[in-house]
Amino acid sequence: MSEYKLHLLVCGGTSCRNLQSDTLAENLKTEIDKQGLTDVAQVVKTGCFGLCDKGTVVKVIPENIFYAHVKPEDAKDIVEEHIIKGRKVERLLYTDPDKKQIRIALRNCGIIDPENINEYIERNGYEALGKVLSEMTPEEAIKLLIDSGLRGRGGGGFPAGIKWDLTRKVESSIKFVVCNADEGDPGAFMDRSILEGDPHSVLEAMAINGYCTGSNYGLIYIRAEYPLAIERLKTAIKQAREYGFLGNNILGTGFSFDIEMRYGAGAFVCGEETALIHSMEGLRGEPTMKPPFPSVEGYLKKPTNVNNVETYANIPVIFSKGVKWFAKIGTEKSKGTKVFALAGKVNNVGLIEVPLGITLREVIFEIGGGIKGGKKFKAVQTGGPSGGCLTEKDLDTPIDYDNLIAAGSMMGSGGMIIMDEDDCMVDVAKFFLDFTVEESCGKCVPCRVGNKRLHELLNKITSGNGAKEDIDRLINLSNVIKDTSLCGLGQSSPNPVLSTIKNFRNEYDAHIDDKKCPAGVCKALMTYFIVEENCVGCTACARACPVGAISGERKEIHYIDPALCIKCGACEERCKFNAVIVK
Amino acid sequence: MGKVRSLNDLKNMREKLKSKASLRKKGGQTEKVVQVKVAMATCCIASGSRETMNYLTDELEKRNIDAEVTQTGCMGYCYAEPTVEVTIPGKDAVIFGYVDEKKADEIIEKYIKGGELVEGIIPVNYKNIEEIN
Repeated sequence: MSEYKLHLLVCGGTSCRNLQSDTLAENLKTEIDKQGLTDVAQVVKTGCFGLCDKGTVVKVIPENIFYAHVKPEDAKDIVEEHIIKGRKVERLLYTDPDKKQIRIALRNCGIIDPENINEYIERNGYEALGKVLSEMTPEEAIKLLIDSGLRGRGGGGFPAGIKWDLTRKVESSIKFVVCNADEGDPGAFMDRSILEGDPHSVLEAMAINGYCTGSNYGLIYIRAEYPLAIERLKTAIKQAREYGFLGNNILGTGFSFDIEMRYGAGAFVCGEETALIHSMEGLRGEPTMKPPFPSVEGYLKKPTNVNNVETYANIPVIFSKGVKWFAKIGTEKSKGTKVFALAGKVNNVGLIEVPLGITLREVIFEIGGGIKGGKKFKAVQTGGPSGGCLTEKDLDTPIDYDNLIAAGSMMGSGGMIIMDEDDCMVDVAKFFLDFTVEESCGKCVPCRVGNKRLHELLNKITSGNGAKEDIDRLINLSNVIKDTSLCGLGQSSPNPVLSTIKNFRNEYDAHIDDKKCPAGVCKALMTYFIVEENCVGCTACARACPVGAISGERKEIHYIDPALCIKCGACEERCKFNAVIVK
Repeated sequence: MGKVRSLNDLKNMREKLKSKASLRKKGGQTEKVVQVKVAMATCCIASGSRETMNYLTDELEKRNIDAEVTQTGCMGYCYAEPTVEVTIPGKDAVIFGYVDEKKADEIIEKYIKGGELVEGIIPVNYKNIEEIN
C-alpha cells in the first residue's frame, strides 16, 4: 500500500455540501488521477469544520494549509499549483482560520484518560493547588479570583471570588465546601461531561476553595442518575488521596482537606443551593428563605460555599495562567468562556465551549453547522425551563449574562435548544411547564398551584378551547408567580411562557382565534382530509382507521368524518397516493 | 506511588511524565506505539463506544499492531459518536467519527497500516488553552 505525501480534506458538513463540496471532491480526485498522482495525494471528505461562512473549506495536511470558498471548478488549480508545483493557491488561501471555540473548562475532556491521575498531572494538573498553597495567602488567592471576574456558571452568574470572600469572613471552626453537580435541565449535560472527562479539575478547585475559605471538608452533591460520573469521581478521589493531593498535610504545606460524595435522587429543585443543603442533611429537598445565605449558615448550620461544577473546572486555569490571561477572553462584564450543550434542530449537536461575547449566529450557524434539513431557524431556548426563547432579532446579540437577561432569557447552566419552523411555541412553553409542574417541590403556593394553572391554560389553548382573555391571564399569573415564589425555580418557571408570548404572540392568537396551530404540532387543532384528485379509492385508509371515521366505496373517493377523527395519523401513513393531508 | 511532598516534587513528576509522553509522540525507537483514544462518556457509551473500544483493543492485538487503546471523556462531537482519536507516531492526531466496528476495521487496515485516511474525519474546531498566549 502506498504512503501518501499529502491529504486533501474536503469539508462534508451540510452547509458545504450545499455548496457542492461533493462535486469538488470528485473533481479533485479526477484531476489527481489525470495527473498520475493517485499514489501521492488522497482526497477525503470530513465532518463539519465549523467554518460554514467560509465554505467549501479544504485543508491540506500535513502542511495544515486552509483554502476557503473553494468551488468545484477550483480543483484543477489546487492540483496543478499546490500538488504539482508546490505553490499555494494564493487567491483561495485562508490564513489563520478563526476557530470559534476556546476550551478552558473542557481543556482535558476528550484528551486525558479520566481514570489516570498521571495524565492530569502531565497537563499541569494540581499545580494551581500547589502554587496557591505554597505561594499565596488565602486573601491573595481570593483577590486574584475576584480580579479574574469569574462568575458562577450554574446559572445566576454571581461573582465566584466574592462568594468565597463572604464565606471566608464568617468565623467558624468548621466550614464546608460543596460542589453542586445536580444538573437537571432537560437537554443539559455540561457538568456530567466535565465530571466524566476531567474529575480531577473539580477536586483540585475544591481544595483551593477550602484553603481560601478556611474549610477542611468538601462535599460533592451529585445525582444518582449519573453512575459513570460517580464512578470516575470515586476513582479520582482515591488516586488524589494516594498522591497526597487530598488528605492531611497536602504537598507538605500543613493544609488538610478531604472530599466525600453525597447522592441526590434527581430532583430539579435540589440544584437550588438551600434545597441542596437540606437534601444533604437528609431532609426533604426543599428550599428555605435567604438570608441566611449558605455562606453564613449552610450545611449543618455551618458556613458553606456552594459552587457549580463548571465554575470549579475554570479555577485551576485561572490560577495557573493568571488573571491577565483569563481577562483577555470574554466581554467586559462576563469573563472567560461558557460551555453549552447544543441540542435540538441543529446539524452538529454537541458539547461546545465558547468565549462569552460570541453571537448566537456564530454558535448556531457556524459551530452548529446550521439548521437540520435546511429548515428555517425559529428560536433558541437558553437557560432551560428557567430561561426564555431568543429569536432571529437576537442572533447578533453577544452572549453574556447581562445581554441574555436584557433579551428576556438567561444564561442558565448552559442548555441551548434550537428550534425550527416545525416547532410550535405554545407547545414548547407547555413542554417546559410540564417539567416545572413535575419538579416543583410543593412548598410554596405560587409555584405549586400557579404553575399548575399556567399549564392548564396552555393546555386549553393547544386543545382549541382558548379564549382571547387567556393571554392576559397567562401574563398576570406569570408575573405573580415570579414575584411571590420562594426560590429560583418558581421565580423563573414562567419565563418560557412570558417570552414565547412576547416573541410569538401571533402563534398564540392563531391557536385562539383561528383554532389553528401554524407549525402543525398541536393535534387537537389539526384536520385530516382527503384530496379528491389524488384518492383512488383503494380503501387502505379506511382499513387503517381505528375509529371507523373514514367512509367510501371501493374505487370511489373516500371521506373523513371530522367529528369521529381522533387525529392519530394512521390514514396519512398508510396512503400511498398522498391523498390524505393535514392542515 | 508514594505521596507528592511538595510543589517541586509535583513539577519534577510532571516533567518526567511529559518527557515520556513526548518520546511517544516523536516515535522514538523505544516506544513506536500507535495511540488510540476512545471517547467514553455516558452518552458515547450509549452510542456504542464500548463495543468500538473492545473491538479496537482485540483486533489491534490480533493483527499484531503495537498500539495502546485508552479511554477518554467527551470530545464534544455528539453528532458523530462514537468518536476515536488515532495518533500515529510522528503524525498529528486525527479524530474519526461514526466509528462502528466496520469503520474501526477500515481505520486499522487503511489508516493505521497504510497511512491512507478514511472518511468520517472530524476536524478539531476549538482552541485549547495552550494555543492562547
